[in-house]
Amino acid sequence: MRARAAVATVLGPGGRTVVQRLASAPPLTLRQTGPYTVHLVSTAAGPLGGDRLALDVAVAPRTTLELGSVASTLVLPGEGESEMLITARVGTGATLRFTPEPTVLAAGCEHRLLVRLTLEPGANVLWREELVLGRHGETTGRCHARFDAIRDGLPLLRQEFTVGDPALDTSPAVHGSARCVGTTFLTAVAKEPRVADGVAVLPLAGPGTLVSALAADAVGLRSRLEWGERTTINGDDSVAFGGDGPVPGLQ
Amino acid sequence: MHPALLLLTDSRLPAGGHAHSGGTEQAIASGAVHDVPTLAAFLKGRLHTAGAVTAALTAAACAHAASTTTAPITGTPGTPLWGRLDAEVDARTASPAQRHASRTQGRLLLRVARRVWPSPVLDGLAAESPNPHHPIALGTAAHAAGATPEEAAMAAAYHAISGPATAAVRLLGLDPVAVHGLLATLAPDLTAVTAGACRAAVHQDPGWAALPACSAPALDLLAERHATAEVRLFVS
Amino acid sequence: MGANHDDHHHAPDGHDRALRLGVGGPVGSGKTALVAALCRTLGRSLSLGVVTNDIYTTEDADFLRRAGVLDQERILAVETGCCPHTAIRDDIAANLDAVETLEHRFGPLDLVIVESGGDNLTATFSRGLADRQIFVLDVSGGDKVPRKGGPGVTTADLLVINKTDLASMVGADLGVMARDAAAVRGERPVLFTSIRQDPTAATVATWVANEVWSWPQPHHPAPAA
Ligand SMILES: Nc1nc2c(ncn2[C@@H]2O[C@H](COP(=O)(O)OP(=O)(O)OP(=O)(O)O)[C@@H](O)[C@H]2O)c(=O)[nH]1
Ligand SMILES: [Mg+2]
Repeated sequence: MRARAAVATVLGPGGRTVVQRLASAPPLTLRQTGPYTVHLVSTAAGPLGGDRLALDVAVAPRTTLELGSVASTLVLPGEGESEMLITARVGTGATLRFTPEPTVLAAGCEHRLLVRLTLEPGANVLWREELVLGRHGETTGRCHARFDAIRDGLPLLRQEFTVGDPALDTSPAVHGSARCVGTTFLTAVAKEPRVADGVAVLPLAGPGTLVSALAADAVGLRSRLEWGERTTINGDDSVAFGGDGPVPGLQ
Repeated sequence: MHPALLLLTDSRLPAGGHAHSGGTEQAIASGAVHDVPTLAAFLKGRLHTAGAVTAALTAAACAHAASTTTAPITGTPGTPLWGRLDAEVDARTASPAQRHASRTQGRLLLRVARRVWPSPVLDGLAAESPNPHHPIALGTAAHAAGATPEEAAMAAAYHAISGPATAAVRLLGLDPVAVHGLLATLAPDLTAVTAGACRAAVHQDPGWAALPACSAPALDLLAERHATAEVRLFVS
Repeated sequence: MGANHDDHHHAPDGHDRALRLGVGGPVGSGKTALVAALCRTLGRSLSLGVVTNDIYTTEDADFLRRAGVLDQERILAVETGCCPHTAIRDDIAANLDAVETLEHRFGPLDLVIVESGGDNLTATFSRGLADRQIFVLDVSGGDKVPRKGGPGVTTADLLVINKTDLASMVGADLGVMARDAAAVRGERPVLFTSIRQDPTAATVATWVANEVWSWPQPHHPAPAA
């Protein structure tokens, strides 16, 4: 199956965000759930092997978009590799909060998860990704994830992560015995590096922060990432939004 | 193989490498590495993540150094190409402690290389970037010494595991012969990582965007924990 | 973070920079006590920097900082990866980097002291790192140590035998130590100290001041009294 969904905002009258374009393409179905909130609603199982799915996100200057999903994504085996490509462009002074539920890699799946994020100056982004390595009691499928964030034409963060090579999966250098792996990329700048059980707050060389976490289960992973996100945001006075709830100053 | 590669990969190269464990000291402190099998898993993971990235970046630096000696640098005005490669390393190194360790080792290697293999390309790098990341210093030094990008990548891949292996021998009192046996079993992995690095790097100058960026979350955590540790024997 | 500057150590005998003094010797012999004493005694007339090479903590650096004998920022600690002698002899890169960082930040300096991590009798400083070196023994190791020799005892520019206040307690014969040291060292000087009794280490400080004075550099300091 091939599908390309899209969401785009424009600046409406009075500086309000208007979700101007909402193009669903099953199995990627998009629903607007708030003034600037959109959720991905799965309308089919998958992605399945062989699927090529794409999501284009455009956040116009000085607008806000919160993008989530109602349920976790279960990647299943099929014929060949599945691919999910997310391309996002965040304009000057715009805010994007991307916090979908985890991607679960079912045994036997072969998945590619590609994110290309382009930031204009002064863009605010919080981008969370969580991987669960197999359903309960199951070995993980294979996944290759790549994340590239470009800001002002310069690379800010490039990360790849590969799951499913038995020789590497349990390496204490990679993720050891953790079953859940996640990161949050933020344009907020953490004051200093921080490290706690299974989570690190890593100020990048450029203006941004990566929160990187490992955990035994998805709940633990989420709480570690949220701790890192709060730690980052609380240390940066210039950010436009806090952890949970609506975006302050934009209601 | 160019004989200079022997010098560049020798643990006796006096460029400060002996005091870096690449996360091994913390992996040992946390109990994750405690014997030869756990060290094997650690090194293999390190080689295929951090090692693969640094090998590709080193090959890219070596190829770039070669191209600057045959043709003048032509980058975007105001953006020197070493600076762009430097930014590519930064973007692939999320951990500040690892960036610091990389620049420290790069700076020390650059100084040694300028004395051992004096060359305009090393002087040019030093003038533009006195604290280069280690893969940039290593790739440029390899070129100055007469080695190819592939050889440079091999040196980088080996460097990613040899120092950590030695650190484990010192810290755990492991049988050094067993650890060298382990390094020998990683030879096919070194070959594979080197080949992958070169495929990615050599034809990409100056489009380095697609070079490998394999992350290792556990190494990031270990590096940051090490940086704040009260007691430590190794710099990294 | 290291120095952001050009490479000065290219000239190994480059007399356009501070004298670099290595202080080595076995664990606990009084190296840090001596460095503190030298800072105390020479710090007023000379511009100093100190690099420590602790075995696994920053204890020496912390001690010196607490002792208040020198500005905190003029003391840098270098990790040596379990191999203190490698860091001063075979791979001196990190120590040179620290020395040059100090010179860059606070230069021109007159004297940079590098204290090695406590090690065995074979540990000596590379000539690429230290222009002069002091080897510190103490009497509590027994009066046989100078007789055993080793590169530290035989080749150091100055041999200091410290903790003479303990000699009677440990039954060490200072005369034997002096004679044995002279036998292996020839003309090279030996000084007996008790830093406990003389926290200025006056005799050693005078030797160091003379070395600094005879070190040809453009910004001659006045010799310490
Ligand atoms: N009795 C006596 N004690 C001394 C003298 N000099 C130093 N000490 C003590 O000896 C101990 C070790 O001295 P340090 O100066 O730390 O020795 P060190 O050689 O720097 O030791 P490491 O750096 O650990 O190798 C300390 O408790 C000092 O107070 C002395 O002249 N007499
Ligand atoms: Mg000491």
